Amino acid sequence: MKISLRSNPLYATIGVLASLFAVASFSYEGFFSLRVIANLFTDSSFLGVTALGMTVVILSKGIDLSVGSVIGFTTILVAYLVQDAGVSVPVAWGIALVVGVLFGAAMGALIVVYDLPSFLVTLGGLFFAKGMGFVISSSSIGIQNEFYDAVVGIQIQVGPGAYLGAGALAFILFFVFCLYLLKWTRFGRYVYAVGGNEDSARLMGLPVDRVKIGVYAFNGFCSAFAGILTTLYMGSGNPLTGVGMELDAIAAVVIGGTLLTGGIGGATGTLLGVLTFAVIQTILNFDGRFKPAFLRIAIAALLLGFILTQRALARGKE
Amino acid sequence: MSKAMEATVSKKSLRDNPLVWPLAGLALVVAFNLVTGPEFFSVSVRDGHLYGNLVDIFSQGARVMLLALGMTLVIATGGVDLSVGAVMAIGGALCATLVTQLGYGLYLALPLTLLMAGALGFFNGAMVVAGRIQPIIATLILMVAGRGVALLITDSDVVKIQDPAFLYLGKGYILGVPFSLWLVAAVFTVMALLIRKTALGLLIEAVGDNEHASRFSGIEAGRLKLIVYAVCGALAGMAGVLDAASVSAADPMRVGELKELDAIFAVVIGGTALTGGRFLLFGSILGAILLQALTLTLYNAGVPAAVAPVPKAIVIVGVCLLQSDRFRKQISNIIKIGGKAS
Repeated sequence: MKISLRSNPLYATIGVLASLFAVASFSYEGFFSLRVIANLFTDSSFLGVTALGMTVVILSKGIDLSVGSVIGFTTILVAYLVQDAGVSVPVAWGIALVVGVLFGAAMGALIVVYDLPSFLVTLGGLFFAKGMGFVISSSSIGIQNEFYDAVVGIQIQVGPGAYLGAGALAFILFFVFCLYLLKWTRFGRYVYAVGGNEDSARLMGLPVDRVKIGVYAFNGFCSAFAGILTTLYMGSGNPLTGVGMELDAIAAVVIGGTLLTGGIGGATGTLLGVLTFAVIQTILNFDGRFKPAFLRIAIAALLLGFILTQRALARGKE
Repeated sequence: MSKAMEATVSKKSLRDNPLVWPLAGLALVVAFNLVTGPEFFSVSVRDGHLYGNLVDIFSQGARVMLLALGMTLVIATGGVDLSVGAVMAIGGALCATLVTQLGYGLYLALPLTLLMAGALGFFNGAMVVAGRIQPIIATLILMVAGRGVALLITDSDVVKIQDPAFLYLGKGYILGVPFSLWLVAAVFTVMALLIRKTALGLLIEAVGDNEHASRFSGIEAGRLKLIVYAVCGALAGMAGVLDAASVSAADPMRVGELKELDAIFAVVIGGTALTGGRFLLFGSILGAILLQALTLTLYNAGVPAAVAPVPKAIVIVGVCLLQSDRFRKQISNIIKIGGKAS
């Protein structure tokens, strides 16, 4: 199915993001500034990385509900390794990433080999990772480490008072990587093919099973990476981190125009979706009248709007 | 039903009976407790009420049982409802606010709450039926928004409950048995009668098996789904009220947290096919009991509450594997090879 320029859902996302930002810029003093824009990237760095991983999963017509728990698990694992076990930071990060990849691959293998529904297996993964985080430590572990301080200290000035921190830079670099991965690598094209029509992909001789396992392994990597970014952002590890993050990530992906039916969408949309998320959050911070509860309702309303638009577009094609 | 089909049905071995798995799981939990601490099974009577772990399993499991009953119907139609935890939070928050803050009597507040929860379920159903959105995603919307709505209702506060009638829902006893259990028994009986004594069960199975075909045979699949989602919502609302009553407070953040997962778990473990079609209300009740027994056993064994999800996850995936054809074949091949070798 080819989506024409006019009905490309990306334009709806750009429209929403631009109008939200415009309205906020007129309503709140100091909103329209490079500082706010830079902070959008910093505050959404870990959600962004998670959502990019989720994009790949959803493109392959799967879903991964375990990401929030894996983020929580990673934060406490890294904090424990660095703080209590005395492991050097790069090694701790390496261990966390390997664990994430293995965990994702294991879930992918269960889904592929035994033909189990992805949402059920990853639901099991959610429980498992959540519990394992508490096995390591049931309370928050603060990270005091020179290497960490050095990494947190990295920042690039993009304007007066506007800085891109380590997390934001990692997010942007990772976005570029995902763009490349999905657009210009064999794996990326296979993901689209599998998500578009798995049977056709199989008949074409594509390694469907390996691609699907790879997708979940990649998302495990993304979750672990997001967990590491979270430890940078918070300066601590806590098994409670990331609760409900899977929903935010799915919401950002859908708002970014990736179709839940698989095969259509991409990293650019997800970047816009994540930024839309961040803009709403910033508006709520700027305007004291809104209660935090509104964030969830606003996101849900946006989600509903986008899903219905997607359905309407899809039906127009039928 | 053709003769060939009848023959295969009658040939069904014990292993193919879907109730075997939850029962086997329960037997394992019981055996474990018999070995590690038989006092687990002691039931005493205090103040005319039954006390003990066994009673706790049922009384604390009552909420998940209610959720699982509604979820069973939804899953039977080929859907799933991820929003039940959030609807629980709304139900608890709404009922508590109506009674405590606005001074409504429970006789008015409870029906209003159930109506509201049912309407939320109907909204889910409408998105699935009219919007033709996948159920996971359609109900995800309410799952995201629900907690926000609950927070708005209580103004982000925890509402303390003092109304004796309200508290009775969660803490009362009739003939020594917790009220919540009577409620579950009543709901189960009504549902089982409606489903097995009328054509309703058959219609739901038909829709879940093949919606297209069911529509051609004159079943109003859409209307049926709307009803099923509405029932699931109302039961979730009731579960939320019970939850709030049992701890004397409605906490919009805590009530029903992750309960959607427990409910799906209970349904799947009870032998209802996630792909829709075949469903077993009693299996879901057994699944909920197994879940609660497992949780309580873990607590008694000294496993911290926060770690309990790990064994839960292993059981979920294990049960799914047992239901997978390929896994069964692999296992039976291993057994066959082992048999030949010996």
